[in-house]
Amino acid sequence: MSIFSTRQDLDLIASLVPNGASVLDIGCGDGTLLRRLRDQKDVKGYGLEIDGEDVSRAVAAGLSVVQGDADTDLSDYPDGAFDIVILSNSIQALRRPDEAISNAVRVGKQAIVTFPNFGHWKVRAHLAFQGTMPRSRALPDTWYETSNIHLCTVKDFVTFAKDQGFAIKAAYGLSGSEAPRAFPPGKGELANLLSEAALFLLSRA
Amino acid sequence: MVKTSGKAPPRGDGKPSPNGDDYPICLLAQGFAYSVARRWFIAFIHEGTPLAARRSAPLSAHGLLPEGEGQIVTLPEPLPLDGGTALPGVTVAYDTYGTLNADKSNAVLVCHALTADQFAARRHPVTDKPGWWEAIIGPGKPIDTDRFFVLCPNVLGGCMGSTGPASINPKTDEPYGLSFPVITIGDMVRSQAALLDLLGIEDLVAVVGGSMGGMQVLQWAADYPKRVRAAAVIAAAAQHTPQNIAFHEVGRQAVMADPDWAGGDYYREGLSPKKGLAVARMTAHVTYLSEAALEQKFGRNLQDRQAPAFGFDADFQVESYLRHQGKSFVDRFDANAYLYITRAMDYFDVAAGGDLATRFDGTQTKFLVTSFTSDWLYPTSESRRIVRALHGARAAVSFVEVESDKGHDAFLLHEPHFHDILRGFLDTAGREAGL
Repeated sequence: MSIFSTRQDLDLIASLVPNGASVLDIGCGDGTLLRRLRDQKDVKGYGLEIDGEDVSRAVAAGLSVVQGDADTDLSDYPDGAFDIVILSNSIQALRRPDEAISNAVRVGKQAIVTFPNFGHWKVRAHLAFQGTMPRSRALPDTWYETSNIHLCTVKDFVTFAKDQGFAIKAAYGLSGSEAPRAFPPGKGELANLLSEAALFLLSRA
Repeated sequence: MVKTSGKAPPRGDGKPSPNGDDYPICLLAQGFAYSVARRWFIAFIHEGTPLAARRSAPLSAHGLLPEGEGQIVTLPEPLPLDGGTALPGVTVAYDTYGTLNADKSNAVLVCHALTADQFAARRHPVTDKPGWWEAIIGPGKPIDTDRFFVLCPNVLGGCMGSTGPASINPKTDEPYGLSFPVITIGDMVRSQAALLDLLGIEDLVAVVGGSMGGMQVLQWAADYPKRVRAAAVIAAAAQHTPQNIAFHEVGRQAVMADPDWAGGDYYREGLSPKKGLAVARMTAHVTYLSEAALEQKFGRNLQDRQAPAFGFDADFQVESYLRHQGKSFVDRFDANAYLYITRAMDYFDVAAGGDLATRFDGTQTKFLVTSFTSDWLYPTSESRRIVRALHGARAAVSFVEVESDKGHDAFLLHEPHFHDILRGFLDTAGREAGL
């Protein structure tokens, strides 16, 4: 079972979304997160998803979901169209995560980005001691089956956000079934070691 | 019918009538002779085609609609048209499925495509074929008639009971022909809104349509946003592309090149330009299919023969199929209606030259936009244009590109994925309407 779409992951995202906000979930799958946000936070939810079957399920659940590719279609959305744009566990599978995140920050007043942290100690140890590609709750697939092509660490992401000129409003580390831990992005060394996954709340600087 | 005016009417191409005044018989009795000469000429052109085969299908008081089939209303007020005039005595024919509830809150409007009509889910009274959307409309089907009251009107300009060029002009007591005003998709939608007013239906749970039906759906959402809770735009576009217009122009020219078209006045002779209309239909039909569908269905297979006949008979199955499509079409469609409706589609631009997103600004309607991968007539790129504009208007929109090799026609065929999506979308619309 992946660490994403677990209770603590979804609860953390929900806690960062204001009531009644308009939300775009990029790579929304069958709309699990959007449904939850709609039911709990009364959001106006929209989704972008590449898989047609997932889109059907989301539409059947009453969500507004557009079949499309986050790598190419985000430029279609107008500036500041949504209160919150979410990229949940998807940037590592995109051809150009940098462009997708830039678009998310442009299209949303704020953007929530979550990803598996390749700097987690177990990942480091796996590669160091076993010498094979790491597999974990956050990285469950074999190297040949995974859709992940752009993995990064917490430290990489902090540097990236700085380089791109994004403001990091909040950062959290997720590990096991523990409650998410907020960490000051300037001091991400420990979070980089201890977090299986991370969440960043970004905005335009 | 004997023509009483002394001068032959100008022909559509503006050239002098080829059975013109120098032909001896014309000198004898002006009106009667004109009629005889023109029949002779037409018979000459159609050498080998018996006159009976060129006769038009019987026109009733309501175009090609047999008496007593479906329902029909006459609008109490003249219908204002985008062209600037108003059309008096407009009739709107329609068919319904399911039951209208007590507070009239369960209506779903279904808009038909170019060559379809109001018989969406009923055996057709002229062709005896199943309704064109029986896969979609019915008890337990995506447009569930156990729940919804489905209403499908024949479009303005059509020939199955709604006022069109084959209808009688109350001013002259003769069929309009080309004196019928050029109409638009907006005019069609306005006539449908007037029908709903007459029936006392204020709000629609949904408006649903494919191809030209999808254009009407967009127009509905743009012109009557408060009346439309949900809008399903299937295999359509927000405006006609040059390619769309080009194919329609080929069809229209085929109709007008048939001498039996008679400048649009063929009703007078009891004829109809069947050959021209059949060619128009054959061309259009190719655009409704995909290369893969043609390959799969026919390949290069020969029709009822082992080897090519070295002639221009229908050697190939695909030729035979198209000829059949053309021939069977002319009995249920009026050639002038084909001209007028294709024109309305060509003029269609829901943004009216402006910004498409602005047209939907502030809309509360929920949209579903659907395209099919192999549809090259209304390709996915056109649907995406609509979706982009709706995003710009902050509208709630879902979009799915359905994988299908059946071309544009896919929206009429067995496409389970598409049916599931439409069902889910309408389920939600029904739920939100409190049904």
